[in-house]
Amino acid sequence: MPAQVDNRYKMVERTMKKLGYERSALIETLHTAQESFGYLEKETLKFIARRLKLPFSKVYGVATFYHFFRLKPKGKHNTVVCMGTACYIKGANKILAKLEERFNVKAGGTTADDLLSLISARCVGSCSLAPIAIFDDKPIGNLGIEQSVEIVEEMIR
Amino acid sequence: MIHTLEELEEIAEAKREKDSETKEELRVCIGSSCLSLGADQIEKDLKEEISCRGLKDKCKVKGVGCNGLCSAGVLVSHIDREKNSETMYGNLGTSDIKSVAEAYESGTILKEKLLDPHDPFFLNQEKIVLENAGYIDPNDIEDYIAHDGYFALFNAIIELSAEEVIAEVKKSGLRGRGGGGYPVGLKWETVAKVDSEQKYIVCNGDEGDPGAFMDRAIMEADPHRVIEGMALAGFACGANKGYVYVRAEYPIAVEKLNKAIKQAKRLGILGQNIAGSNFSFDLEVRLGGGAFVCGEATALVTSIEGNRGNPRQKPPHLSDYGLWGEPTILNNVESFANIAPIIRKGGAWYAGFGTEKSPGTKVFALSGHVKNTGLVEVPMGMSLRDIIYKVGGGVPEGKKLKVVQTGGPSGGCIPEHLLDIPVDYDSLKSVGSMMGSGGMIVTDDSQSIVEVARFFVEFCASESCGKCVPCRVGTTELTNILDKFVAKTATKEDLILLQDLCTVVKETSLCGLGQAAPNPVITTLKYFEDEYLEAIKND
Repeated sequence: MPAQVDNRYKMVERTMKKLGYERSALIETLHTAQESFGYLEKETLKFIARRLKLPFSKVYGVATFYHFFRLKPKGKHNTVVCMGTACYIKGANKILAKLEERFNVKAGGTTADDLLSLISARCVGSCSLAPIAIFDDKPIGNLGIEQSVEIVEEMIR
Repeated sequence: MIHTLEELEEIAEAKREKDSETKEELRVCIGSSCLSLGADQIEKDLKEEISCRGLKDKCKVKGVGCNGLCSAGVLVSHIDREKNSETMYGNLGTSDIKSVAEAYESGTILKEKLLDPHDPFFLNQEKIVLENAGYIDPNDIEDYIAHDGYFALFNAIIELSAEEVIAEVKKSGLRGRGGGGYPVGLKWETVAKVDSEQKYIVCNGDEGDPGAFMDRAIMEADPHRVIEGMALAGFACGANKGYVYVRAEYPIAVEKLNKAIKQAKRLGILGQNIAGSNFSFDLEVRLGGGAFVCGEATALVTSIEGNRGNPRQKPPHLSDYGLWGEPTILNNVESFANIAPIIRKGGAWYAGFGTEKSPGTKVFALSGHVKNTGLVEVPMGMSLRDIIYKVGGGVPEGKKLKVVQTGGPSGGCIPEHLLDIPVDYDSLKSVGSMMGSGGMIVTDDSQSIVEVARFFVEFCASESCGKCVPCRVGTTELTNILDKFVAKTATKEDLILLQDLCTVVKETSLCGLGQAAPNPVITTLKYFEDEYLEAIKND
């Protein structure tokens, strides 16, 4: 096992240990695992199931129930378009549609070249800046349709 | 470690004294909204500017939580303690920092960025929950203590009995701020009376309603207030363990809460034998996973236990059978944030705000087509019109207001002609909407109402946990029918089906999510039937 991978498992192990390997530690552990690995691979889920003495089906069930967990890797860059109510009435759906069309990717998916993941969020809680999107962890509010395309183009260049 | 009120007072005194050494303060709003506009960089640059000019001893630059007027971010306030004055600047970018520092140094005012503190936005608010937001440093427990923090908790433990604390909360008339409006004191009393070795206090910080960011701001701006409220609940009900369930999408809130808990533990404000008594209370943060249904009480509790967030039939209620089957109190962030001031100043004082049946204040997240978007705290009973026009500054670009949406996806749409209703639990219910957690979204007349209804129903369809059929199938079918109305290809039969299905989903769903999912359709059908009729194709 390469050192880096090993280290990531250590992080996951630490969370489980902190919570006494209780079954209730599952969600917290999944959060740590996603943070360390970027997404939740089947192998990672199996590892967690073993360590917490839970059936794999239970771990998989929880991981797929919550929107926050990703079972596939993200692209190199990502764009999260907020689709909360305030953003919606200020035209976030048009921004999302434009990005889907321009970069040939559906919301929730990643482009064929793994460069861009496009995600729609329920509400990022910055409603006063609606419409807002988060480009590689940088939130930009009061967004225009063309502007969003330009930002993404710049980002993945 | 602090054991007595005197020791707490010492910390407060020392902090106040330390603060008074610097006569002036520049407060940078680092609430989430301002942060997205680069407030962290502004705070850093401003610190540097001030120290470069050798003004560090005279003026302190500090990051504070949400000031409320998010639409004018980034906000910087200049406080002069000697003159007792406050100058507020808004719409600042990183390029303006030099001029702010220059203006400060030369004792002039940066006119083009000046905000009027007498703007109706500020004047019509009444701050109880948000009294510290925009004033204190959320990373500093001493700052909270210097602003009367934890005195309510220590006072209660040392001077009052558990019954007296509950009596005070009951007297205040505080109703649950998560939306249901169940009296908080009554809930506490029920749990206090249950005989059990183990009880839990749970705080709902999941804030799943799109268009709501009140709880986020409270947790980020004043995390200790939530902790104090929960500890008081623990003392009143005999619980020694609490959980704050926070959305994973709120990393800053999680960070601030964790930091605050650590600081409180270090001072002995949380932990064993608090204030030298035999009361112990421990607190942990648990992350949510972005599931709207986890705002439902039974779903939230099962999620903390590490399961899929499926709700269950009630009764048994959480007061009898909650977290791990033990009696549990579940309140939301804003409810807990009200507790410390109630204990400090008395239930009667609190009941003096708002209306008889809905006392106190309520924080709303104002957004959509309104001039002043942001966070406002107003007394209950203020009319919807006053909130939107006086506090919110009205609809921009001279457009006409069409509806105000309250209560999130479970709420309803309130049309223009009903704007004069007072905002309280019962009035909102009487027009088919609800208080909800406090999202208030204004739309102007360019918005198609059928599309708004579809938006909410689709939201509930995708958030349905799938446990019960009426919600799982019903909300999807509702979305399909509404699709036809949006495409203007609906028939008269579709309209009848839509109405029928709303009733079925409302009356037969297992939990609040399904029961309330048709609300946006029902209210828009009631007030904007003509838009639905227009969408029916004639053949």
